[in-house]
Amino acid sequence: MISEKKIEAQLLCYHCGDEVINKTIKHDEKHFCCEGCKMVYEIINQNNLCNYYDLEKNPGISQKHKVREGKFAFLDDKSIQKSLIHFTQGNQSHVQFYLPQMHCSSCIWILEHLNKLQPGIIKSQVDFLKKEILVVFEHDHTGLRKIAETLTSIGYEPHINLSHDNSKKISKYDKSRIFKIGISGFAFGNIMMMSFPEYFSLGTFEEEGMREFLGYFNLILALPVFFYSASEFFISAWKGFKQKIVNIDAPIALAVLITFGRSFYEVVSGTGAGYFDSMTGIVFFMLIGRYFQSKTYDTLSFERDYTSYFPIGVTVLNENGGETQIPVSKLKTGQRIKIHSHEIIPADSILFLGKANIDYSFVTGESLPVEKNIGEIIYAGGKQIGGAIELEVVKEVSQSYLTKLWNNDVFKENQEEKKESFIHSVSRYFTVALFSVAAAAVVYWSVYDSSKVWNALTAVLIVACPCALLLSATFTNGSLIRLLGKLNLYVKNANVIERISEADTIVFDKTGTITRQQEAQIIYNGPDLTETEQQLVRSLANQSNHPLSKSIVSFLPFSKTLSVKNFMEEKGKGVSGIINGVEIKLGSAGFMNIGKSIHSDDGSNVYVMIDGEINGCFVIKNVYREGLIGVANSLKQNYKLAIISGDNDNERTKLEGVFGKETYMLFNQKPEDKLEFIKSLQQQGHKTIMIGDGLNDAGALKQSDVGIAITDNINNFSPACDAILSGEKFRWLNGLINYCKKEKQIIYCSFIISILYNIIGLFFAVQGTLEPVIAAILMPASSISIVLFTTGMSSFYYMKLKSKMNGNKNSIEQY
Amino acid sequence: MSVVFILIVASLIVAVGFLIAFIWSVKSGQYEDDYTPSVRMLFDEENKQNQHKTNK
Repeated sequence: MISEKKIEAQLLCYHCGDEVINKTIKHDEKHFCCEGCKMVYEIINQNNLCNYYDLEKNPGISQKHKVREGKFAFLDDKSIQKSLIHFTQGNQSHVQFYLPQMHCSSCIWILEHLNKLQPGIIKSQVDFLKKEILVVFEHDHTGLRKIAETLTSIGYEPHINLSHDNSKKISKYDKSRIFKIGISGFAFGNIMMMSFPEYFSLGTFEEEGMREFLGYFNLILALPVFFYSASEFFISAWKGFKQKIVNIDAPIALAVLITFGRSFYEVVSGTGAGYFDSMTGIVFFMLIGRYFQSKTYDTLSFERDYTSYFPIGVTVLNENGGETQIPVSKLKTGQRIKIHSHEIIPADSILFLGKANIDYSFVTGESLPVEKNIGEIIYAGGKQIGGAIELEVVKEVSQSYLTKLWNNDVFKENQEEKKESFIHSVSRYFTVALFSVAAAAVVYWSVYDSSKVWNALTAVLIVACPCALLLSATFTNGSLIRLLGKLNLYVKNANVIERISEADTIVFDKTGTITRQQEAQIIYNGPDLTETEQQLVRSLANQSNHPLSKSIVSFLPFSKTLSVKNFMEEKGKGVSGIINGVEIKLGSAGFMNIGKSIHSDDGSNVYVMIDGEINGCFVIKNVYREGLIGVANSLKQNYKLAIISGDNDNERTKLEGVFGKETYMLFNQKPEDKLEFIKSLQQQGHKTIMIGDGLNDAGALKQSDVGIAITDNINNFSPACDAILSGEKFRWLNGLINYCKKEKQIIYCSFIISILYNIIGLFFAVQGTLEPVIAAILMPASSISIVLFTTGMSSFYYMKLKSKMNGNKNSIEQY
Repeated sequence: MSVVFILIVASLIVAVGFLIAFIWSVKSGQYEDDYTPSVRMLFDEENKQNQHKTNK
C-alpha cells in the first residue's frame, strides 16, 4: 500500500487528499498535508474509527484553516442553548447542526459514530441531503459546546446562526398533504374498482342488492376524501369568498361539492351510482399537481436575511477585563466586544484596539478589504481579517447601517399575494363560459323537458370543472421547476417562472455577480522581487485607489507602508513616486514608454519600474465571470440592462466595453439606493429582474419582480431571493430565461387539449345523458394526457437547451 | 348473499391494511430523507448493529 503511494508522482494527504508538500508530517507511515489533518487522523485512529478512511479515499476536510479555540464558547449561554435545542425529555436533549462540509459516505459513517468519540452522546443521525446532523445527548454529561467542539475537531465545524431554530415547521405541513394524497388515491382506486360492474353492465345487475351495496360502499370511501383530502380547496375558496374574491380554488370546491351532493342523492334515493370515482379522481390529481409544483429543494433556503449570516453569539469584554459570551440580539450600545479573525462584526461599532482589516465584499460590494484605524466606525456585516480586534458598539444589531435595510416596508409585504398568475384570469374566463353553457342548458331543458333541468345542470358542472386547466398549470410548473433545478437555476416557486418570462429589464450587481467573488488572479512575470522591492512596490500601490493597485497590495505579503514622496497618479495609466530615494513607477506599457505590451492579453498588465529599469510585470487576470460578453450581447437585444454597484466607478470604461454604452451604470450605491433604483424602474412600468449576490443587494432583490441570487457554492449563504443561480451557469442566463418563457406556451397548448375534452364531456352533459362511465373515462384520460403532454414538452425544451449547452461549450470559451 | 360480498369486504380490508402501512411509513419519517439510508445500509456488519440502535 505504502510502496504504491510512493510510485505516484504526487503524494496526497491521507486525510484530505491535498498535495503533501512537507513530507515530515507523518503518522503511522501515512503522510499528511498539515498538522491539522494529522491531528484529526490521530483522533479518529485513537477511537478505532479508521473505517472512515476505508469507505472513501481521502475523505477528510482540509485542516489548513484552523478554527479558533473558544469559538463555540457562546454555546455555554443558556438562552442560546434554549433556542438551539429543539427537544428535551428527561435527561436527553436533541439538537440539530448544519454541517456544510459533509460530502461523502465516509462523512455519514464518522458522524453517525460520534458516540464513540464523545461520551454523553447517545446517538447521531445524518440527513445527507440537508447536510444536517441530529444529535441526541445526555445534557448532564455533555453540552452543546462540547458537541460542537468534537465535531470541529474531526473537521466538521457546525454553522450556527440566529435563524437556525425555525426550520422545523415546514415538514409537518408537507406530511399532511402526503396523507391527503394517499387517502384520496386509495379511495379513487377502490371506488373505480367497485364501479366496474356499473361500467360494464351499464345498469343491469344480476345480483339482488348489489347496486345498493356498492353505492353505499363508494359513499363511505368518498367521505374521507370529501371531508379531509378536499378540505384545503374548501377552506381556500371560503377565505376568498369572504373577501369577495372568486379565487382559483372556488371552481374546484364547487365542482367537488356538486359532484358529491348529486352522487349522495343518487345513492340514497337509489336512482343511480353517482360520480364518486370522478370526484375522488379530481381531488387526487389536483393534490398531486399541487404537491409536484410545491416540491422545493431541501438544502436551499430562499428566505434568508441577515440573521442567518450573522453570528449567534459574540464575546463581550467586561469592565474588569473578563470575557463573556452573549447572544448577538442582546448586544447593547456601549458594550465592548472582541472580534477574532474571520468573524463577522454584528453591529455598527467603533474600533478601539487592534488592527482592523475589514472585508466588506459581501455587504457593500467593495471588492477588497479596507484598513481601518482606531476611532473609525466599522459597519456591521464586515469580516475581520487578521488579528483580533476590540470594538465598542454604537448601534444595536437591528438598527445598524446594514440591518436597517430589513426595516424597509418591502420586507413586510408578501409579493406572492400581490401578483396574480395569468392562469387565474384564464380560469375566470373559463368559469364564465362554463356558467353560460350551464345556463343555456337549463333554459333549453326548462322549455322542452323540465325533468332534465337538474340533471343537465349538475352534469355540466361535474364534467367541466376547470381541473384540467389547473392541472396543466401545476404540472407544467412542477416539471419546469424540477428541470430548471437540473440546470442549476433553483426557483422558489411556480410564480417566479412566470415573472421571469414577463420581465423587460435586467439589473446586475457588479462585485460577486458579474465579477467573481474570489480575488483577482495575479502572476508576476520577471525576476522575483526581493523583500525590500516588494515593500517598495506595495507602499506605492497602497497610495492609489485603483482596483489594480489594490489587487497588487493584497497580492504582496504584508509589510509596513513606507512614506512616498512626489506621488503622482495618471488616471488610467499608472502611479509613480520616490520612496527612500528610490524612484518607482507602476503602470501600463504606455506609461513606461516601452511601446506595446509584451505579455498576455487576457488580463491587465502592470509594469514595475525601479530606478528607471523595468523589473517585471504583474499580470492581473480578468475577474469577470466566464461568458459575460456572450450574456451581455444576447440579453442586450431584448432587454434594457443596468449595472448598479456599491463599488467605485474605476471599471466603468471596461464595463462599457462589455455591455455597450446604452447600459445604464450606477456606482457608489448604498443598499437602500439599490432598492430605490429598482422601485423607480418599476414606477416607470418596467418589470425588473435583479441579479445580485450579497447582503447589500437584499433590498433590491426583494423589491424587484424577480430577485436572482448568484452563488458559486449552492450551500453557501445567499440573501433572500426568488431564485438562486449557480455561478457556473451564469453564461446561460439568456437560455434559461428563454426556457422560462416556454412555460406559457406549454400551458396554452394544454389548455387547448383540456378544452377538447371539455367539449366532449359537455356534449353529453347538456343533453342530460352523462353516464358515470363516460365521466369516469374522460376525467382520468384528460388528466393523464395533460400530465404527459406538459412534462413531455418541458423535457423536450430542456433537452434542446441542454444539448446547446454541451455543444457550445467549446465555442463559448472564446469570450 | 353471495360470496362476492365477502370478497369485496376482504379486498377492502387488504386495501385498508396498505393504507395504514402507508400512513405509518409517512409518520415514521421514511420520506423525509430518501438518500442517507441507502448509504447507511452499505456499512459493515459490525456497524449495522449500531445503526439498528440509532434508527429506533
